[in-house]
Amino acid sequence: MAKIPAAVIGVGQTHHRAKREDVSIAGLLREAVDRALLDAGLTFDDIDAVVVGKAPDLFEGVMMPELYLADALGAAGKPLLRVHTAGSVGGSTAIVAASLVQSGVHERVLTVAFEKQSESNAMWALSIPVPFIMPVHAGAGGYFAPHVRSYIRRSGAPLHIGAMVAAKDRQNALKNPYAHLHNEGTTVESVLASTMLWDPIRYDETCPSSDGACALVIASEDAVKKSGVKNPAWIHGTQMRSEPTTASERDQVNPLAGQHASAALYKQAGITNPLEEIDCAEIYVPFSWFEPMWIENLGFMPQGEGWKLTEAGETEISGKLPINMSGGVLSSNPIGASGMLRFAEASLQVMGEAGEHQVDGARKALGHAYGGGSQFFAMWIVGADKPAN
Amino acid sequence: MAPSTESRVLHAPMKVEFDYTRSLGSVLSQFMSALKQHSVLGGVLADGRVVVPPPEYDPVTHEAITELVPVSDFGTVQSWSWVSEPVAQQPLEKPFAFAQILLDGSDAPMLHAVDVDSPADISTGLRVRVRWAEQTTGTIRDIACFEPAGDDVSEGSASMDFGAPEVTGIVSPVNLAYDYAASPEETKFFQGLAEGKLYGQRCPVCEKVYVPPRGACPVDGVPTTDEVLLPDRGTLTTYCVVNVPFVGQTIPIPYVSAYVLLDGADIAFLHLILDVDAADVRMGMRVEAVWKPQEEWTTDLNNIKYFRPTGEPDAEYDTYKMHL
Repeated sequence: MAKIPAAVIGVGQTHHRAKREDVSIAGLLREAVDRALLDAGLTFDDIDAVVVGKAPDLFEGVMMPELYLADALGAAGKPLLRVHTAGSVGGSTAIVAASLVQSGVHERVLTVAFEKQSESNAMWALSIPVPFIMPVHAGAGGYFAPHVRSYIRRSGAPLHIGAMVAAKDRQNALKNPYAHLHNEGTTVESVLASTMLWDPIRYDETCPSSDGACALVIASEDAVKKSGVKNPAWIHGTQMRSEPTTASERDQVNPLAGQHASAALYKQAGITNPLEEIDCAEIYVPFSWFEPMWIENLGFMPQGEGWKLTEAGETEISGKLPINMSGGVLSSNPIGASGMLRFAEASLQVMGEAGEHQVDGARKALGHAYGGGSQFFAMWIVGADKPAN
Repeated sequence: MAPSTESRVLHAPMKVEFDYTRSLGSVLSQFMSALKQHSVLGGVLADGRVVVPPPEYDPVTHEAITELVPVSDFGTVQSWSWVSEPVAQQPLEKPFAFAQILLDGSDAPMLHAVDVDSPADISTGLRVRVRWAEQTTGTIRDIACFEPAGDDVSEGSASMDFGAPEVTGIVSPVNLAYDYAASPEETKFFQGLAEGKLYGQRCPVCEKVYVPPRGACPVDGVPTTDEVLLPDRGTLTTYCVVNVPFVGQTIPIPYVSAYVLLDGADIAFLHLILDVDAADVRMGMRVEAVWKPQEEWTTDLNNIKYFRPTGEPDAEYDTYKMHL
């Protein structure tokens, strides 16, 4: 059975900050939700179902926050689902919401993802000593840094590539009023001069810890017509894949799940040459080196050559494949929301509503998220045109 | 009789503790600040009903609640149940009742504890009053519990200042105590460590040697079986130098956290590298275990204090590149 065409008709996000001590978790979500509903020209009464996503409960210490959030999300009398796939959750939450519309179950679904990192300490939560094994774990950076080193060894990439990514994303963030970091004057040199945290990852090559939320309204073709929204972001394809965290000979640099997900996504969206056909991409880059790694994993460049696109400046807003025009995860990281922010920013680009970080003429954009030990992948392609498939 | 689980697998206590810092937002900041002044506030819903504690959003219109009004600290029990064996962190350490209490001036009951000696001393319709904590600080625990009011009547709420709320956040401690159990396959590995031996197991399908062994091979889904005694030396495949201090850290920084692929194993595990300057650590470096003194051995990977370079020539990249 063919899927019902669906589109994003409303996008909302908070101004991401290190600490939002002026609002509760519910209040933080509502800022994003109210903006998304306003953008779509809808109210809670128009919404059929709510899908909420966040990263591990230990990050805020609220067990099953969806229960307490039901009132704030206007979910009384409606289905309320919570999705969890670690860091990729913002992406998979949007995909679950999209599926409810594409399947014909609902007409208009509100989806929201969040993290209020200031209530806890994610580094602590990801490094809790487990009995019988060595307590060498040191947060997400400690997990990913050895694999970044493997990428550098494998690809022969010059050592300044990571700094180029960080400088670009921080410059892009200056064009995005919602971004957490607005670090004026960040350059390749200043990044290279910053403290080495998890060698080979430097301080300026890591994401911040943010409070923030993101919300989308996803509507069926009929509901898009009724909404009066003239520039919806049509969903051309969605894919999720997972794989074990550890397995013998598992490729941690170029995970199979990501390769398979992107290949299936392009097929679904009728794309044969992603580098030529996709106008821009928001991809999940919490540590700068993941830009070249994911360029390869997503099939934009052959294995070992992702860094060449970065080095040539082709991932800048004016380049061949602009990446992370919003400033990306490197500039705002409310973990649970970070994946949805990628999906939202891709939508804003094809809606032509990305403001100062708009890519001229963007008609097809990719949103991507990954989570866990690079074991969960979620991605979608949105376009200015209704999908032909 | 089947052997008990306890005899088959290793257990150890595991604690997860953190003081979460919670920001309250406008409604709950006012509510908590009022409690500190011995006053209870209810939220006024769109339909005019007054609810305690005040919700942040109206359950019907979903609009933010903006109007708060003082209600009485006296009320009536609407329903109750008896707690004969209180557990840690409950409001009272002796047997008590949990009750739905409708405070005078409110339209929906709140759940709290009532301090009475026996179930015979509580009934639906009983008049109760707030017993305030000895020191009120602006948390829900400022209401220590409720107690029978007898014939007393409320003197009205303490006069309170409706300025900017004094309390805008609370600390919410979480203490989780787990009994961590290793799988039967891991247990064999950890028990081997207590004898100074490193046991891996081979997956019967893909024939890869896993160390520690697995209850389910991540590729084939079957338990690893055939035991393989592995040497305590191998190749460092990749690593990072941790230079970040964080809460709960147990190893002084900077330290090298590395994947060590034991000779004969098909998967690397994380361990610590010492006896070498971090700047001299290399991918492919040959390393060997440095064990604690035998009398300190337990069923723990910490029996190996760290790995150090053997001095052998580095392993060829081709011999470990499939493990990156």
